[in-house]
Amino acid sequence: MRKLFVILLLLIIAGGITLSLKEIPFGIPKTKIGDHFINKGVEETGSVNIVTSVVVGYRGFDTLGEITVLFAATIGLGAVIGTFRKNSVNREVEAASLIVYTGCRFLFPVILLVGTYIFIHGHLTPGGGFQGGAIIASAFLLMYLGCSNKRIKENLSKTVEMIGGLTFIAVGIIGLAIGQDFLFNFLPKGEPAELLSAGIIPIVYIAIGLKVGSELAGIIDNLIQKS
Amino acid sequence: MLIIVTILVLLMIVSAIAALIFKDLISAVIAACIVSLIAAVLFYFLQAPDVAMAEAAIGAALVTGIFVIAVKRTKRFEE
Repeated sequence: MRKLFVILLLLIIAGGITLSLKEIPFGIPKTKIGDHFINKGVEETGSVNIVTSVVVGYRGFDTLGEITVLFAATIGLGAVIGTFRKNSVNREVEAASLIVYTGCRFLFPVILLVGTYIFIHGHLTPGGGFQGGAIIASAFLLMYLGCSNKRIKENLSKTVEMIGGLTFIAVGIIGLAIGQDFLFNFLPKGEPAELLSAGIIPIVYIAIGLKVGSELAGIIDNLIQKS
Repeated sequence: MLIIVTILVLLMIVSAIAALIFKDLISAVIAACIVSLIAAVLFYFLQAPDVAMAEAAIGAALVTGIFVIAVKRTKRFEE
């Protein structure tokens, strides 16, 4: 009886989704804003990657909000884990084999370099601060799993995170002072498709990359070390 | 192209169901990781490399790592 009810409910949900998806005309733009971004985006923000021009150029303030949400999540996790066990348990961890250890030590700087490349070239190639930061954090995850004797210095990662956040807000406030807009692009836009172009976008994306990378690495550090 | 996408989507559905029915939680986490990885490939095929990169880094690497840590701290087998 209960299974029949569940199946009936699933069928109703599936029918509802299908009927409402049928009404959406896929592939036909309903608003004109997408055309504006594609045609005028490079000219207005100087960033060749249109996604970056939207994320940091047109809606930079929303990005600041996203960063804040991630920051709050990290703080919350740290607080919750900190209250559970005050005296950190020392678990006996079996050391990884030599092959895993050497492989992790060899791969760690390479992954770090890829992540840094991705957020420095956020305005030229796909990717940006969030993606680069996540890749950097995955490098730290690999190091935590493979090399049990190497750990992040907590103060250093907190300092990097603080510098990232402060740079973002400082750039925004300088824009407010110069151009009457928060995150106004006050630097020269330069030649499109050059590394030093697009004004404040590379600076903001480097700040986001550092902040996201240290925050996600901090989450992993909290989970492995303190729980 | 359509054949590759169809195979990938079918593989994705199979791994998603496998993640639900596995009793060994480590296997279930790896199956969920495969779902994320295939989603990343599909995003790349749909010309969204930005999203593909985020999905591969967060969905396949970090979330898997966090789940493995959580399973290690609790119990490995579902009752």
